Amino acid sequence: MTDHPILEVENLCTTFSRGDTALPAVRDVSFSLGKGQVQGLVGESGSGKSVTLRSILGLARHYGEVRGSVRWQGQELTTMTERQLRKIRGREIAMIFQEPMTSLNPLLTVGTQLTETLKAHTDLGRKARRDRAIEMLDHVGIPAAASRLGEYPHQFSGGMRQRVMIAIALAASPKLLLADEPTTALDVTIQAQILDLILKLADEMSMGVVLVTHDLGVVAQTCDTVAVMYAGRVVEQGYVRQVLRTPRHPYTEGLMRSVPQDVPPRTQLYSVPGTPPSLFSLPDGCAFAPRCQAASEACGSARPMLQDIAPGRQTACFHPLPATQDDAA
Amino acid sequence: MTQTVMKIEDLHLSFPVSRTLLDVVQRKPGKSVNALNGVSLELKQGETLGVVGESGCGKSTLARCIVRLYPPTSGQIHFDDQDIFGAQARKDRTYNRRVQMMFQDPYSSLNPRMTTGDILAEALRVHEMRPEAEIAPRIAELLDLVRLPQDAAEKLPHEFSGGQRQRIAIARALAVEPEVLIADELVSALDVSVQAQVVNLLLELQERLHLTILFVAHDLRLVRHVSNRVAVIYLGRIVEIGDSETLFSAPSHPYSQALLSAAPSLDPDDKGAAIQLEGELPSPLNVPPGCPFHVRCRHVTDQCRKVIPELRALEGRGEVACHHAEEINQHA
Amino acid sequence: MTDSTVTTVKASKVAPSRVQLALRKPGFMIGVIIIGFSTLLAVFPSFFAPYDPNFIDYLAVRQAPSWAHPFGTDMLGRDALSRVIHAYSVNMQMAVLATVFALTIGVVVGALVGYYRGVADMIFGRVVDAIITFPFLVLVIAVVAVLGPGLINMYIAITVVGWVYYARLMRAEVIAQMGNDYASAGIVMGYSDRRIIFRHLLPNAITPVIVYWMTDMALAILLGSSLGYLGLGAQPPQAEWGVLIAEGRNFITTAWWLSLMPGIAIVITGLGFSLIGDGLADLLRPRG
Ligand SMILES: Nc1ncnc2c1ncn2[C@@H]1O[C@H](COP(=O)(O)OP(=O)(O)OP(=O)(O)O)[C@@H](O)[C@H]1O
Ligand SMILES: Nc1ncnc2c1ncn2[C@@H]1O[C@H](COP(=O)(O)OP(=O)(O)O)[C@@H](O)[C@H]1O
Ligand code: SF4
Ligand code: SF4
Ligand SMILES: [Mg+2]
Ligand SMILES: [Mg+2]
Repeated sequence: MTDHPILEVENLCTTFSRGDTALPAVRDVSFSLGKGQVQGLVGESGSGKSVTLRSILGLARHYGEVRGSVRWQGQELTTMTERQLRKIRGREIAMIFQEPMTSLNPLLTVGTQLTETLKAHTDLGRKARRDRAIEMLDHVGIPAAASRLGEYPHQFSGGMRQRVMIAIALAASPKLLLADEPTTALDVTIQAQILDLILKLADEMSMGVVLVTHDLGVVAQTCDTVAVMYAGRVVEQGYVRQVLRTPRHPYTEGLMRSVPQDVPPRTQLYSVPGTPPSLFSLPDGCAFAPRCQAASEACGSARPMLQDIAPGRQTACFHPLPATQDDAA
Repeated sequence: MTQTVMKIEDLHLSFPVSRTLLDVVQRKPGKSVNALNGVSLELKQGETLGVVGESGCGKSTLARCIVRLYPPTSGQIHFDDQDIFGAQARKDRTYNRRVQMMFQDPYSSLNPRMTTGDILAEALRVHEMRPEAEIAPRIAELLDLVRLPQDAAEKLPHEFSGGQRQRIAIARALAVEPEVLIADELVSALDVSVQAQVVNLLLELQERLHLTILFVAHDLRLVRHVSNRVAVIYLGRIVEIGDSETLFSAPSHPYSQALLSAAPSLDPDDKGAAIQLEGELPSPLNVPPGCPFHVRCRHVTDQCRKVIPELRALEGRGEVACHHAEEINQHA
Repeated sequence: MTDSTVTTVKASKVAPSRVQLALRKPGFMIGVIIIGFSTLLAVFPSFFAPYDPNFIDYLAVRQAPSWAHPFGTDMLGRDALSRVIHAYSVNMQMAVLATVFALTIGVVVGALVGYYRGVADMIFGRVVDAIITFPFLVLVIAVVAVLGPGLINMYIAITVVGWVYYARLMRAEVIAQMGNDYASAGIVMGYSDRRIIFRHLLPNAITPVIVYWMTDMALAILLGSSLGYLGLGAQPPQAEWGVLIAEGRNFITTAWWLSLMPGIAIVITGLGFSLIGDGLADLLRPRG
């Protein structure tokens, strides 16, 4: 998919145990990402998006079992020791979490939190760190940055705090940003500003981004490629244009259709029937089969593998929806 | 169809901010959050009025005022020609039956220790909706209405998913056969496909039971889909109100224009000419004088900084609160 | 509508019941066994005690522990074991009577001021401030001093001071629960205040109060026996652990077991209540 991928995830599987049952939170997730590329990860709540991000960064292995391979610029991350990982986390790979309000320490000033990150990951001196902190706040669009270094998180609004989080994440000029729903808690107007900012930085610093979201509009506007997850597996992935325009997997199509756009007002919306399966009791065949209108007998007994169906385009379905000429592009 | 069921007039509400000891020592005057600054609107029989705006603009406060959870600082709400905050009406619990509210968080709006059956039975009993013998069959009917399986009655809230909990909340509201439903971010906490199910249910029930709905949400696409009319709120004031399709296809107020253009399109090639709003919502602690939007508006003039624009009808559009609405919309 | 296949989300395994969960907690079970046995001793002391606790035998004064008298005998030749066992009646009664009234008053007052706030809450705040600035024991002794020594007066004294702690806890918990929309929903549904407070808020708010109650019962026994020791609570010849310790005090070098055994009984019972309290904190939490 990319010429020189910086991140290659292969057959990533993460399992949690609840009592004496195993919970397959993530199964066989594979994708790769080039410099300056933005990869989207979409799916319903509980489909494994956050766990995928946490597994990439080696956080999930503390409370679950992670298998498969994550290669970062050629190095295998899954077998690294904590000490080795620490050198990569924050410096080369940064992460923004889902809850912006709780990820900043309320007792430390914004300036302290920024310079601490710089101290941990760079060799800058005290003065240089301060300058860099101001530069970063400026970069993420916080006005009068120098005077706000001494303020505490509660003195910032929600959008501002998320910008501070981004400033901290990007302080050490990472090559990869893992962003878990960075704008879900924010208004559309601020969401637009934050996404613009991430895109601009990805471009300027040629930084790769993995963006988790459940908003298909956000995917359309910011990502180059996208993977759609269902019950812990990727069911479809490819270039955003192709996947959103001509979804080939019935689940992707269902997701697209349930967004109220271009439907007559006040009419019934399409909705995927039923509810996602419990990870404790996944169906034997295709996990989507109980909700799928195209399901055949084969779907109930065997699991469809993720397969190439067009250049750069994969889907896991025995009966993919028809392609259109658009797909060839 | 166009009979007015509820009339809100010049509603103001400010929450006093508790003063710190330092403030008291320094003799700073007590501050207050001005959540609503003169909201007037009418709800018409059988319509859905959508309410949109950035977080903190006063949407929930308005909703909670309507169901008397907050008493307003000034202004009135008339329902059936009766002032709902009047002494007479306060004693009367029928208002609470006729106007129902559904809440945003499906995990906190149901008592975790009561089964679905208990929750519905309580509503039916308190308002004496049915004689004792008919309560059980009515619960079955309500579960059917919101498409929950019959065995749901014996289950506790934690055994349901978010979407199902919102259905229970809808069933509870419908149990007392209300005329008006206030839905504050009813589906915001749900996934798109579940959202669609709950919205469908709401639309269908509205048709069947002739309900009037105030639909508060920040998802613009969804509001456009369900509403007949839409009100755009900014800093506790309505800046534009009008027919949903007209407003969404051609917003007239500079704030509505910016807000609507910020919603990301589903089409990857439609990068849109998003109108970037400068800065953020000013704090409701000190609402700017004149037009509340003037600090972020591209069309600001001196007049805007001094005079508060009133809501006024704009030809071919809805009502807009902007001094320069005509000029701005000429070019469009 | 397309969804006809709504199913409740549930793990394939049936969730364990509360009793099953309780059985899996060894600490909690030990607590239950201690308090269960203590209650048996308290209700049927004569069944377990080998002798009449008040039978005086001048020929067997201050004997060391032996097979006939496992805890020895006191200065009047009474069997120490029988006295410790009979004291269970008084001391367990203390755990209950010195706390239930405080619990009831505190829960009701706390729920009311937490729900209504306003002036009542401000007055309550002042009362709380006034009472908790004094050490608990000092205040209780002061009240006993006014009313005169004795068990009943001691219960009154502990209740007069103790309800404040329950009320304070309950008030905070009710205010926290008010932040949940189910409380707002009750108001919007037009339910009466009484229904909202007692049917909705109280069952959800009471867990920490129940947990505190367990520790408070342990404290009540400690406090009651302290007062007994000081001569302000139970009066001799009543067999009560504090009184027993006081009686043995003069012979601490020669007949140390007289004071030690009732002391051990206090520690074990207190431990039992605390273990139950810890377990309940988990078990009473609503699921989900
Ligand atoms: N620490 C954990 N221990 C056990 N199970 C977990 C843990 N974290 C997540 N899970 C489970 O793994 C599955 C995937 O969770 P994940 O957080 O990745 O979902 P998500 O796609 O990010 O959803 P959302 O959109 O709600 O954030 C869920 O079933 C979740 O309950
Ligand atoms: N109970 C309250 N006490 C103090 N301030 C409040 C309270 N409820 C809301 N506010 C404030 O009033 C303003 C409007 O809030 P709200 O109506 O909840 O906004 P919205 O629902 O539009 O996001 C905000 O500034 C908010 O912080
Ligand atoms: S494999 Fe079968 S059940 Fe699964 S999505 Fe494809 S058609 Fe539907
Ligand atoms: S009144 Fe002036 S500042 Fe306000 S929206 Fe209109 S043009 Fe902008
Ligand atoms: Mg997540
Ligand atoms: Mg709100």
